[in-house]
Amino acid sequence: MDMDLTPQQKDARAAYHAFVDQHIVPHADRFDLEERIPTELISAMAKEGYLGAVVPEAFGGSPIDMISYGLLAEELGRGSSSVNALLTVHSMCSFAIARWGTTEQKERWLSRMAQGQMIGAFALTEVHAGSDAKSVETEAVPTADGYVLNGRKRWITFGQIANLFLVFGKCEGQLMIFFVERSNPGVSVVPISGMLGSRASMLGEVRLENCHIAKEDVIARAGFGFASVLASVLDIGRYTVACNCVGIGQACLDASLAYTSTRKQFGVLLKEHQLIQQMIANMLTNLNAARLLTQRAGYLKEINDPRMIMETMIAKYFASTMANKAANDAVQIHGANGVSSDYPVQRFLRDARIQEIIEGSSQIQQMTIAKYSYQQ
Amino acid sequence: METKAKIRQFFERSLQRTDLPDDENIFAAGLVNSLFAMQLVLFVESEFGFSTDNDDLVIDNFSSINAIASLVDRKLGVTA
Repeated sequence: MDMDLTPQQKDARAAYHAFVDQHIVPHADRFDLEERIPTELISAMAKEGYLGAVVPEAFGGSPIDMISYGLLAEELGRGSSSVNALLTVHSMCSFAIARWGTTEQKERWLSRMAQGQMIGAFALTEVHAGSDAKSVETEAVPTADGYVLNGRKRWITFGQIANLFLVFGKCEGQLMIFFVERSNPGVSVVPISGMLGSRASMLGEVRLENCHIAKEDVIARAGFGFASVLASVLDIGRYTVACNCVGIGQACLDASLAYTSTRKQFGVLLKEHQLIQQMIANMLTNLNAARLLTQRAGYLKEINDPRMIMETMIAKYFASTMANKAANDAVQIHGANGVSSDYPVQRFLRDARIQEIIEGSSQIQQMTIAKYSYQQ
Repeated sequence: METKAKIRQFFERSLQRTDLPDDENIFAAGLVNSLFAMQLVLFVESEFGFSTDNDDLVIDNFSSINAIASLVDRKLGVTA
């Protein structure tokens, strides 16, 4: 593995950084307060090609290599985890179509998704089913020309504005994955607000009531197909979240370096106090380690190495715990200012907390990583 | 290394089984989960140099060493 970014990747990172500094950083606290991201920002992301990052050119996308994709997620995460959440779920949905969809499905949706005319979302979680995906209660009943879906999907990121949902359900006891368009008369969405973190992710409860879909609107059937599609879609979601956590860590470090370089206590700058130095040192060290793990996962994806699945999980587990430690220390360094709305570090802490829950909780990942350890 | 030997080596490393018969159904034996399913797809693609599509994702193509070897032969256009 070449540890250096290519000149193209460095250029891409600089462009992502500039975009985030212009369009996201100055407004991220407002997005958090208003619990939404503006349409103009989504349009700007689409214009830059970010919403078509995993869509082939043949279908109107702007595909980038997986390390560059990780850099994009990291930079978005540095600005706002909520904005990165859009990249996460939109890419999961568009990746599912691009990787496993039929030609008709690709032609029907991918171009519009790449251009931001359609937003994709991932609808797995229910009131009684989260980590245990096999327990979903959404039911699909076969009809002469398709299926009728009934069920409720909870905590669906960007469910409030998504136009296309990747829906997990059971048909005659067998797990399947369907595409459901927002325009379907059987779909309604109830906004969810007041979450601890990632508050601008526009969560919704997606209600499917006698929702008729065509038989062609299936992406995975029971058994091996379901397992493979689910694992691959969650994998790109995990990678995006892992890189988002690196972005959170970077934001915490940037804020802490700036604050400790200007704030004085006991007649000297905070950065002169050794226990502050300890927190800064741990922040940088853990951040570097998380970044290396995510870039290794990106490299393995780029060469289609089977290890990518578990190495991405390791990266996500480590990066999400790193982000929590970094955000916790960043708040501590800022003292009372750290828990006020005048400084963004309180948002970083709230957002970091979400990352250990989404796309696989830390505990589920620890159990899986432990099993993987014995395969080495 | 022949196709079956490569597949067997992958299974030995991943499943910690050194005595897997070529015709044993790894799914029926309860040896795998969804993560392994995707790892298996990626292994077959990267080791043998072809892409799988949705139609290939049926258990009969991945259930045993023999089944995977047959899939590889079909995808690579190998005739018996």
